[in-house]
Amino acid sequence: MPRQKQLQPKPTARAKKAAGKKLKMAIYWAAACGGCDVAVVEIGMKLLDLIQGADILFWPAAMDFKYKDVEAMKDGFIDVCLFNGAIRNAENEHVAKLLRKKSKVMVAFGSCAHEGCIPGLANLSDRQGVFTRVYRETPSTDNPKGILPQVKCQVPEGELELPEFYNRVKTLAQTVQVEYTLPGCPPVATQVWDVLQTILRGELPAPGAVVGAGVRNLCDECERVREGMRIKRFVRPHEVALDAERCFLEQGLICAGPATRAGCGRPCIHANMPCRGCYGPPDGVVDQGAKLLSAVMAIIDSQADVEQLVTQIVDPVGTFYRFSLPDSLLQRVQSDKQEASQ
Amino acid sequence: MKKISIDPITRLEGHGRIDLFLDETGDLANAYIQIPELRGFEKFCEGRPVEEMPRITNRICGVCPAAHHMAATKAADAVYHVDPPPAAKKLRELLYSLFYVGDHTTHVYVLGGPDFLVGPDADPAERNIFGVIAKAGLEIGSRVIQTLQETHEGVAIIGGRYIHPVCGLPGGVSKSITPEQRVRLEEISRNAVDFAQMSLQVFEKLVIGNKQYLQLILSDMYAHRTYYMGLVDAQNRVNFYDGKVRVVDPQGKEFIKYEPADYLQHIAEHVEPWTYLKFPYLKGIGWKGFVDGKNSGVYRASPLSRLNASDGMATPLAQAAYEHMYDALGGKPVHATLATHWARLVELLYAAERALELTRDPEITSTEVRTIPTATPTEGVGIVEAPRGTLTHHYVTDERGILQKVNMIVGTTNNHAPICMSIRKAAHGLIKSGTVVTQGLLNRIEMAFRAYDPCFGCATHALPGEMPMVVGIHDYQGNLIRELSQNVNSSQDQQAR
Repeated sequence: MPRQKQLQPKPTARAKKAAGKKLKMAIYWAAACGGCDVAVVEIGMKLLDLIQGADILFWPAAMDFKYKDVEAMKDGFIDVCLFNGAIRNAENEHVAKLLRKKSKVMVAFGSCAHEGCIPGLANLSDRQGVFTRVYRETPSTDNPKGILPQVKCQVPEGELELPEFYNRVKTLAQTVQVEYTLPGCPPVATQVWDVLQTILRGELPAPGAVVGAGVRNLCDECERVREGMRIKRFVRPHEVALDAERCFLEQGLICAGPATRAGCGRPCIHANMPCRGCYGPPDGVVDQGAKLLSAVMAIIDSQADVEQLVTQIVDPVGTFYRFSLPDSLLQRVQSDKQEASQ
Repeated sequence: MKKISIDPITRLEGHGRIDLFLDETGDLANAYIQIPELRGFEKFCEGRPVEEMPRITNRICGVCPAAHHMAATKAADAVYHVDPPPAAKKLRELLYSLFYVGDHTTHVYVLGGPDFLVGPDADPAERNIFGVIAKAGLEIGSRVIQTLQETHEGVAIIGGRYIHPVCGLPGGVSKSITPEQRVRLEEISRNAVDFAQMSLQVFEKLVIGNKQYLQLILSDMYAHRTYYMGLVDAQNRVNFYDGKVRVVDPQGKEFIKYEPADYLQHIAEHVEPWTYLKFPYLKGIGWKGFVDGKNSGVYRASPLSRLNASDGMATPLAQAAYEHMYDALGGKPVHATLATHWARLVELLYAAERALELTRDPEITSTEVRTIPTATPTEGVGIVEAPRGTLTHHYVTDERGILQKVNMIVGTTNNHAPICMSIRKAAHGLIKSGTVVTQGLLNRIEMAFRAYDPCFGCATHALPGEMPMVVGIHDYQGNLIRELSQNVNSSQDQQAR
């Protein structure tokens, strides 16, 4: 896989800083919700500090540059590219490759670029499944001829084109080489600013690092009381009164804390809702879902009826891999037919 | 036939593209806006537990996550046949009102508003939030930033976080608020009311006070006589969180009023092969193509549509602003698309006043914020007014509350056909045989859809800046014969080349 390639340190930012030159940055979204771009804006007045230290050469969400401006740049012209969004269609892939070529450092910004995020759950289906549901089955759709969007379409005046919708969602690192990962859905603003400062100062760590987050898991920082209790049944958040002081897992609620990287500040936990894992796995964990499954199994009471308990976890894949399916060992669910067509 | 492609247009969630076709004489033959994006939430939500939908579907849009969070939470209430306690409903509405203040503020000062606050013909380099600050003053600029930060803080107090809140559960919300938090929320809301009033004054002075702008707003090139949709309370007043969906005809007469659960009787969606986004229309009239008028099923769902579809506002200051707007624009309904900017300000004031009312409600700090569902889950529809249009979530589950089928009609999707029509009409009005296509002309085409605050894939990026456009004009063989651009930074151009 591309991300396993040997990564060379690129101390460009430090050299730039020493020379007193402004950094050249790009910010882009692919298949994303826009929350990562809002997360950048949430740094507020500090945006002005960012602009002082860096020229943003491409930021379609906010600024007035075009693909052709990027295409015209020399290779490696951009110092740092913050890339959010997953690779869902041909346009996403094209721009990821273009920006990779033009950027010295590529940062997978946010959960979609990092691990596929919630839209990555589409890998439980495929293009045909999505199209059939969206354009043919949904009860409000009136489509007697079964029309589907086409990559090329003739209209009376000429031809219109759409980018191809892929069979699966891919992460940025499955598409191009990535130097750094900034996790979160979205990354919290304070950490976005921390990372931006690190970039501006030219103090990025060795390539391959996860930046803007902790190294251990969420439970290491969580203030909820743990009594070492074992559980006899799993419950869902709407089924019970939620104790705001006690560990969710010990209340029988699935919480992704044991398998999730710390660093978000636990806003969901503080709102009295369990973690769903948007910061991805902590250091040393390859597969977040497998890690969470083992953590959950470890708290089951030895006297409990395990078979009964397992049925109480109603959506194992969608729960354990809520944010990380495309980046997991599973990556996707596929039939033999799909396999043959790849 | 010449094809002019504007690709990508930006300040849209995901990616939009406009194709203009010119005939041999240089007259506009047709205009298309294409949405090249699809993520397929309707499919991959199948199999998920319904109580997780408020935390899953907010990922449709990071700009208006609170809208999806609320529609999903209400749909989950309906699936479980559960009625949340009054305090829970009030906390949801308070969160939602504060979110509205932030979201509308963003559009007024950062996205669409600069066209007027700075001017449609201003230097493109100034037609942005910084230009607004330069013209309106630094004090106003800092109040814009303060309002955004405070409303984000307010949403997070209740929902855990502003981007992708987490508090909604079938039957209530995950936590109550403390008396101290209430005090802070009241302060935030009071500031928001002041800010909204100030914003209306700024708009009156800079825009309505300018005859040329008013003429532009009222010009036929930017008008469509369509049906209008909006959520209303029992007195037919605008409501963002709850009520019935009311649709009025182009004369302003009530056409239908329906309960969320009945949406399929009234709304259907048309599919075209050249875009990934569907085209909703009124079933009672039918899909008649991209045309307006009483015989076309095309309707609009925007701030102006909500005001047109209602009999007034539920708070006093907003009601006065509502009456004033219709007096100034010649009565109801208003068909001028660009008047949507004014309507958005009236809604901004309503949202702030409503938030303030709720923070002063004695029940708002009640700890009774959950009803544990006991009925067997089945099927449910949840509707809220997203800032960009009526938002419908429809879920069908099995007896364990696991989703079998999901359908959604999302804010901007309602306006997809009208946006296509508005672009086409503005382009028709602007491009004639022999017209030289200039940057100013492109901006005026842009203004036709910017008024909708479009949010394709459901999210306009709520960010500063002007839409860059580079338009290539090609001949039959696809050879580039002319290229035009706007808002492309010239120093950057030099660096880049």
